[in-house]
Amino acid sequence: MKLGFSAEDEAFRAECAGWLQAQMAGPFADIRGIPNLCDEIPRRKEWEQQLAADRWSCIGWPAAWGGRDATLAQQVIFAEEYARAGAPNRINHIGVELAGPTILAFGSEAQKAQYLPDIVAGRKIWCQGYSEPGAGSDLANVKTKARLEDGDWVVDGQKVWTSLAHYSDMIFVVARSEEGSKGPKGLSFLLMDMDQPGVEVRPIRQINGEAEFNETFLTEARCPADAMLGAAGDGWKVAMALLAFERGVSTLGQQMQFRNELDAVIAAARTNGKAADPIIRQRIAQAEIGLRLMRYGALRMLSNTDLSDIDGAALTYKIQWAKWRRDLGELAMDVLGQEAEIAASNHYEWGVLPNIYLYSRSDTIYGGTNQIQRNLIAERGLGMPREPRGIS
Amino acid sequence: MEFAFTEEQVMIADTARGFFAEHATSARTRAAMAADGIDRELWSSFCNELGLAGVGVPEALGGAGLGMVEFALIAEAAGAQVAALPLMGNARAAHALVAGGTPEQQARWLPALVSGESIATSASSQDASFSNGKLSGTFRFAPHGGSADLLLLTAGEQCLVVEASAPGVAVTAHVTMDQTRPLATIVLNNAPAETVADHAAANRALDVTGLICLAAEALGGAQAALDRTVAYSKERVQFGRAIGSFQAYKHRLADMMIEIEQARSAVYWAACAIDEGSDEAQIALHSAKAFCADTFHMCAGNMIQLHGGIGFTWEHDAHLFFKRARSILSMLGDSQWHREQIAALVLDQAA
Repeated sequence: MKLGFSAEDEAFRAECAGWLQAQMAGPFADIRGIPNLCDEIPRRKEWEQQLAADRWSCIGWPAAWGGRDATLAQQVIFAEEYARAGAPNRINHIGVELAGPTILAFGSEAQKAQYLPDIVAGRKIWCQGYSEPGAGSDLANVKTKARLEDGDWVVDGQKVWTSLAHYSDMIFVVARSEEGSKGPKGLSFLLMDMDQPGVEVRPIRQINGEAEFNETFLTEARCPADAMLGAAGDGWKVAMALLAFERGVSTLGQQMQFRNELDAVIAAARTNGKAADPIIRQRIAQAEIGLRLMRYGALRMLSNTDLSDIDGAALTYKIQWAKWRRDLGELAMDVLGQEAEIAASNHYEWGVLPNIYLYSRSDTIYGGTNQIQRNLIAERGLGMPREPRGIS
Repeated sequence: MEFAFTEEQVMIADTARGFFAEHATSARTRAAMAADGIDRELWSSFCNELGLAGVGVPEALGGAGLGMVEFALIAEAAGAQVAALPLMGNARAAHALVAGGTPEQQARWLPALVSGESIATSASSQDASFSNGKLSGTFRFAPHGGSADLLLLTAGEQCLVVEASAPGVAVTAHVTMDQTRPLATIVLNNAPAETVADHAAANRALDVTGLICLAAEALGGAQAALDRTVAYSKERVQFGRAIGSFQAYKHRLADMMIEIEQARSAVYWAACAIDEGSDEAQIALHSAKAFCADTFHMCAGNMIQLHGGIGFTWEHDAHLFFKRARSILSMLGDSQWHREQIAALVLDQAA
């Protein structure tokens, strides 16, 4: 058991850190550290393309598809250095971290050739068509329908919480392709163009005033019959495999962002004197402990090569970080006091710390609410009886 | 990334778990509780048959020459059974003598500590006085102090070696809430005491070993509290259902597992940081003690609640876990104190 990385990996760290820091100090200094996902879209597309030009956009992918065949440790290191350098959140993270790996796992050679180059190059941005008004925690209750007509899938329905749909080029959609089917059976996983008459995107304004999420209406939207991963009816299997990619190596990069956020809280407490308050000190210490335990939990999870065992660190990770970040938002507000209630301009816009307070209320909901997470932990981790299903 | 146990470490963990599960039974622990809190037969076979009492002592000095990670694996396994052993006292004293003892002190005490023949305890005092080889003062809360032969006492910055049988030493064993590790008060009146060769190194080893031991025991205890409660919840039927099928019950168990997984990261992060001499070692030690003690207490409290009435009886083992958890909370600095040390590290340094 060791804490650190090998000398070879540290050399890789120096290489990628050097490149990232040079980019963020030079040509992309204007978008260094921007906090949300919705600003400066054209510049961020240029950034994606710069990453691609120097082969840093999808390092974990096979070299044949534009990656570097990077090891897990190298991917972790890149994610850490990416966040440390203050590089902006990847606008195509859904393409790079979810769609791409799923296409690599389930796609035919023709599909890989069709979709992967545009993801690697940052030419096409992807979004995710999973949730629906009636299918949130109960994702298998998808009602969006797909039928074959003249060699096309024709899709009707409504998706919701589609992050970044308003500037996405592609969407992957879980749709019911077998009429009369229920639950996880009869679903298919379709890859669709956003730029067509049958797709309408309406932004959803969130509690922080921003609109990162959307409703996406599909009305006779079309894609070719072969724009599907797996066979017709395999949609649930593909959709679940994709979710497993979600908690991969990006977790350590996310933690670097959390580190920056906690440092901002610490700096604020030192500036305004709250650092002397014994209760605030206890809470800051608790946040510090939680952040470091997240790091070592993630390293345990990523070092674990025996995947047959139930991996407790992996199973509990989502709820752990979601609770941590919600607590951090509350701590930030208590440190700042009433100052935090006043916006910096006369727009309803929030600085980093008040925004964590508001935004983190979604962390405990998306990707499986804390309550769903507890069910999963109890059932999969502890072998407890499953929740009874209602009659539908 | 190799933040996973090696094959040898897995083997040590399996051996220790198997040993304690088989031998540190409730009946034997309760017999020890009614006496001085030490299961002598268990202690003797732990030291001699298993040969694990000297896990952190170098081979040249008669130990197994392994590190804090291996020691933590053993303490975790002992904690899972709330074993009544002077594991902490002997390990602290042995590691302190390895780090700071004179060659004569090492030769005199290490073989007896590793074989289990001698029992050691440690305690500290801020107002003891030492001069001309004589120590006077009161040292409270010495774990298993009533049974100890060797006293490693911290008086301010100094670390002193005292034999319990020496003139001027009076040890009073107390009835303690946690009967598996009863506390004693040691009063010295001009008792002969030896200084160690390196006070700072010896005191540091006492701290490090004590904190790792308590954090690891707490992890083992918390996991056992969860495992035993899970097993019970699948057997016990009310309203025509296993009580473990109720969501309120499942969610409490899930909350225990969430904390325990973090506690596991904390223990092995800290143990590894010590073994590697990492600059994170201090913050890791404070984190591990505070987080694991809190987690164990939460889990042991839930164990009682989730067992219902039977969990409140003397007959059931839940109270052994609950009382051990409570004693760990206060021992070697409470959670608030450790968090304040972390706050000082992150808030009070120059920016």
